Amino acid sequence: MRMIFRAVLLYLTIGAGVAQAALTIEITQGMEGAMPIAVVPFGWTGNAASAPENIAAIISSDLSRSGRFEPLPDRDLVAHPTEAGQVQFHNWRMLNVDNLVIGQVTETGAGRYTIQFQLFDVFRGKQLVGFSFPASHADLRRVAHHISDLIYKELTGEPGAFNTRIAYVTTATAGGEKSYTLLVADSDGYNPQTILRSDQPLMSPAWSSDGRRVAYVSFENKTAEIYTQDVASGARRKLASFQGINGAPAWSPDGRRLALTLSRDGNPEIYTMDLDSLAVKRLTSNAAIDTEPAWSPDGSSLVFTSDRGGSPQLYRVSASGGQAQRLTFDGKYNAGADFSPDGRKLAMVHAEGGAYRIAVLDLDTGVLRVLTDGQLDESPSFSPNGSMIIYATGTGNREVLAAVSVDGRFRQRLSLQAGNVREPAWSPFEAN
Amino acid sequence: MKHQLNRLLAVLLLGTLAGCSTMGGDKSDTGEAAVEDRSTTAEGGAVTSGAVDSGSFAGYSLDDPASPLSRRVIYFEYDSSNVAAADQDLLAAHAGFLASNAGQAVTLEGHADERGSREYNIGLGDRRTQAVRRILELHGVAPHQVNTVSYGEEKPAAEGHHDAAWRLNRRVEIVYTGR
Repeated sequence: MRMIFRAVLLYLTIGAGVAQAALTIEITQGMEGAMPIAVVPFGWTGNAASAPENIAAIISSDLSRSGRFEPLPDRDLVAHPTEAGQVQFHNWRMLNVDNLVIGQVTETGAGRYTIQFQLFDVFRGKQLVGFSFPASHADLRRVAHHISDLIYKELTGEPGAFNTRIAYVTTATAGGEKSYTLLVADSDGYNPQTILRSDQPLMSPAWSSDGRRVAYVSFENKTAEIYTQDVASGARRKLASFQGINGAPAWSPDGRRLALTLSRDGNPEIYTMDLDSLAVKRLTSNAAIDTEPAWSPDGSSLVFTSDRGGSPQLYRVSASGGQAQRLTFDGKYNAGADFSPDGRKLAMVHAEGGAYRIAVLDLDTGVLRVLTDGQLDESPSFSPNGSMIIYATGTGNREVLAAVSVDGRFRQRLSLQAGNVREPAWSPFEAN
Repeated sequence: MKHQLNRLLAVLLLGTLAGCSTMGGDKSDTGEAAVEDRSTTAEGGAVTSGAVDSGSFAGYSLDDPASPLSRRVIYFEYDSSNVAAADQDLLAAHAGFLASNAGQAVTLEGHADERGSREYNIGLGDRRTQAVRRILELHGVAPHQVNTVSYGEEKPAAEGHHDAAWRLNRRVEIVYTGR
């Protein structure tokens, strides 16, 4: 059974502003064997006619976007229990759902709420997990994503990545003038926040490992420069403005260094920069293009793109420098690597037959697997739990984002209502 | 420095006017500003003045559309930074102008087509600017007269996802900046 369905996200008001889904997420290829689950609309006790956020809808959307779950459509819910005593397990067994989520939102004061939820194993008739969270109005979506994480972890054994964010670049043309915007949104596309706007290109957003800062390339001064910016405060710092290329920033896992590409010594080479002293150290030395450094999660080595062998391929070098070792041998184009969080896989842009697609190299076996079927796919970025890869692709004449599960079986598209969106970077887990 | 800048602007404005007279309909901003002959701060913070100085260069005028110097874009093959034989003469003409006008300077803007990885394309654009820089310097241009910037695939000259657009986007643009 192959389920193909659309997850349409609606605009919802939150806090003082409007939480709009800048990115509309559409599931384009469902996953065989996704786990059926029922998420019942949460009960509501409060002054207003309904709860300020539809917590169950957020959870349901999260679970279906993971590709691992197939939430029951609302119209098929046989009952609407909001507390354990109301659950008739036999009704749910008849629907063949394995698990059931119920809960309640209670207003406890002005703009203060308590969200309670319970996850049940329908066949054993027993609670698997249950929690109660206090939350302000502005926290409600985060709490819903956190509940999704708890459910995902309980049922798959792996951490969920719902309470994370995505940085991306959009472009729009108005009155013949192009504008570039760097945004950060929740991983479900909601709550987009502009962190920089420019009339010159913005490129290559990269998250710090604590998820608090983003490094990027800006051409705002008609030359390439690397900045880092605190996402919450907007405070930014110019780190690199050498002659030539200042590109491809990547934070070391310990947050103390930035890897980057500079061409100040004549051609593109990989450097590391100490973020306290701003001293740079050159890691590569080759007449070829060396660029797109990616740190291994343990910080011991970097993978980068180089055409030293005649075509762009991925190489690995120790973080202290030295001889680089070639990693990719399939095809004439492998570039733009991103490490999986466990360090055992690399996602990359792989070209074959004139089509540029996202492929994953298993570093243990050396097997390369192509995951996507676009013509101009680029900028792959792993989710922090390693289950999905988000990337940029084209559809018609528009640039959109897409995500694919690491096994290639599940796909979704993330598009803006107008304009182009590119260069997604999935944040790490939030530092708490 | 400021004096040089003034002289240079005057030269550029004259050159633009010359271009207008031959082209007839050129409505470039600099052309119109020059007609007013005012001593004001122009856009971008540069100061213009009415001083007239023909400069010292001989040979080509920068803005004469009949001059080879009016061609300021050269194109490249896929994943290549080889300058075509046909473009060598063009670069030699630009080099000759720059070598005999020490106050002149260019920014070489390198570009790539949209295919593949964005930062690698920045590398490709950079390599193209370096290839052009080397040729200019071989013909006597001082290194400080040449600045480079690579935009990779970020500033396409032609939109579209096909060969015809890609061919126009793999390029180096020679932008005269003055000093």
